[in-house]
Amino acid sequence: MNRKYSKRSLKEAGQGYFFMSPTIFVLLIFILGPIFYAIFLSFNNVRLLGETSFDFVGLANYERVFDDRRAGIALWNTFKYVMIVVPSQTILAIVLAATLNAGMKGEKFFRIIYFLPTLTSSAVLTLIFMWMYNREGLVNFGLEKIGLPTYDFIGDPNVALTAIMVMNIWATAPFFMVIYLAALQDIPDSLYEAAELDGAGPIRKFWSITVPHLKPITSFVIIMGVIGTFQLFDQSYIFSGGSGGPDNSTLTVVLLIYQYAFKSMDTMGYAAAIAFVLAIVILVSTLIQRKLSNEENLY
Amino acid sequence: MKKKMNFGKIFLYIILCTYAVVTLIPFLWALSSSFKPLSEIVSGAINFIPQNFTLDNYRQIFIEQELFPRWMFNSVFIATVGTGLNILFNSMAGYALARLTFPGKKGLFIIILAVLMIPAQVTMIPNYLILREFGWLNSYQGMIVPSMINATFIFMMRQFFVNFPKELEEAAAIDGLSRIGTFFKVVLPLAKPALAAQAIFVFMGFWNDFMRPLIIMTDSSMYTLPLGLNTFKGQFVSYWNYIMAASMVFTLPVLLIYAFFNKYFIKGLSLTGGK
Repeated sequence: MNRKYSKRSLKEAGQGYFFMSPTIFVLLIFILGPIFYAIFLSFNNVRLLGETSFDFVGLANYERVFDDRRAGIALWNTFKYVMIVVPSQTILAIVLAATLNAGMKGEKFFRIIYFLPTLTSSAVLTLIFMWMYNREGLVNFGLEKIGLPTYDFIGDPNVALTAIMVMNIWATAPFFMVIYLAALQDIPDSLYEAAELDGAGPIRKFWSITVPHLKPITSFVIIMGVIGTFQLFDQSYIFSGGSGGPDNSTLTVVLLIYQYAFKSMDTMGYAAAIAFVLAIVILVSTLIQRKLSNEENLY
Repeated sequence: MKKKMNFGKIFLYIILCTYAVVTLIPFLWALSSSFKPLSEIVSGAINFIPQNFTLDNYRQIFIEQELFPRWMFNSVFIATVGTGLNILFNSMAGYALARLTFPGKKGLFIIILAVLMIPAQVTMIPNYLILREFGWLNSYQGMIVPSMINATFIFMMRQFFVNFPKELEEAAAIDGLSRIGTFFKVVLPLAKPALAAQAIFVFMGFWNDFMRPLIIMTDSSMYTLPLGLNTFKGQFVSYWNYIMAASMVFTLPVLLIYAFFNKYFIKGLSLTGGK
């Protein structure tokens, strides 16, 4: 009996490993292995020409982050970007979702339209916006029409990053709107009906019922937003042709990592060190966010 | 009272319509530019309906850039094969984590959850070196194999199979089907909605990916469409009519998928939405 049982569990274990084998393979070779490899790289000076060679340099790569003017600029740009884009896209997403959920006709129609930017690739969106941000493009035309000053969005270091921010708020808010919409539909109608009987208006209902119910999902949306915005790359790369210009104004941390790793000689180890710094910054801000919103168990 | 309600509704509709216009304008502007001749593009005139409507741009992009069909093939191939493997392997892993007992299961599950927290930039550089060592740079497998599983969707499939009725599998076992046979013949077909939701997001991930092909594919014949588009923009700097036509060609497949599988999008979002 006992033997038969262990034979069965042995068989089940075999089946388990069979089902897990592709996952285990990728985890080992392309995720866990590389994490340790990345730690190793970040403590070495890596030379790729000819035979790949490694010189152990201790913490030098990490110390370099603090002396590097471009790293400072990239961190500051990314920080500004996160601080502006995350709250804006979250608020826009809540407002849109709440509006759509107010029992409007044509909800499905609006939802399909709103979802278009989510479907479109960052490369295409960036190209479309570059075309609109042109000196004589649609955006400047619109600004002129309503009597506002026009800008050289792509060439002027003072506005280039703002131009990318606007584009990304526009592009990502609808995605989070759909997540909010699903959460909103879970709020029981009876709550609103009760509030109505008590004489609450739409704005009062929004603040007293909708917003508190959306708190956990908001926490999730903000964490997703923070993780996503810290990793801004495609848009900056395409916008600036890979340089992070004009005058480093669109240089983000990930773009800097890319440049050091693949576009300049012998700085791959340094790039790995910046990647770890970024990972830690993301982790810490996620933890801070979680602390602030007092929500556990989101993942 | 009633009148006030109506006023509120109108106000909400104004918000909805304004934002719909804000969303649509970039797409309509791109679409209209893709049908304009260059002369109309450089004139700087702002008109959404082309004065001299032409399909020429769509023809020209294939003539000017003969690699365009190749890029399209690369994108389709990588996204399709990658999605197929993801569906299979993520479901297998999710099923094992939900249903089977084996040593190290808990550890594996924790590792998969932890992987979700690690930004791709950390593994990007070592992965490049590993792929170089394998001789997989500029190859399809270099793009597909490292991404043939996805921690998010393994997690999602595990949740799905945890709630999956056990009786069906037991019935299949009585009919003499092996565990593996049961999985492929009974469980997977019944998991179709979850698989479809997963497929859409994985496909979009491959299709729209910019950074990985940028690093892995340096030979222009191995570019995927996003990279190709970026190169194309570099070659035809002020030919916005071409760039917009190419962008539209690139966007169409995803829009078609969306049109057909609309309901799975929402389902997939609520599954991945941390709920």
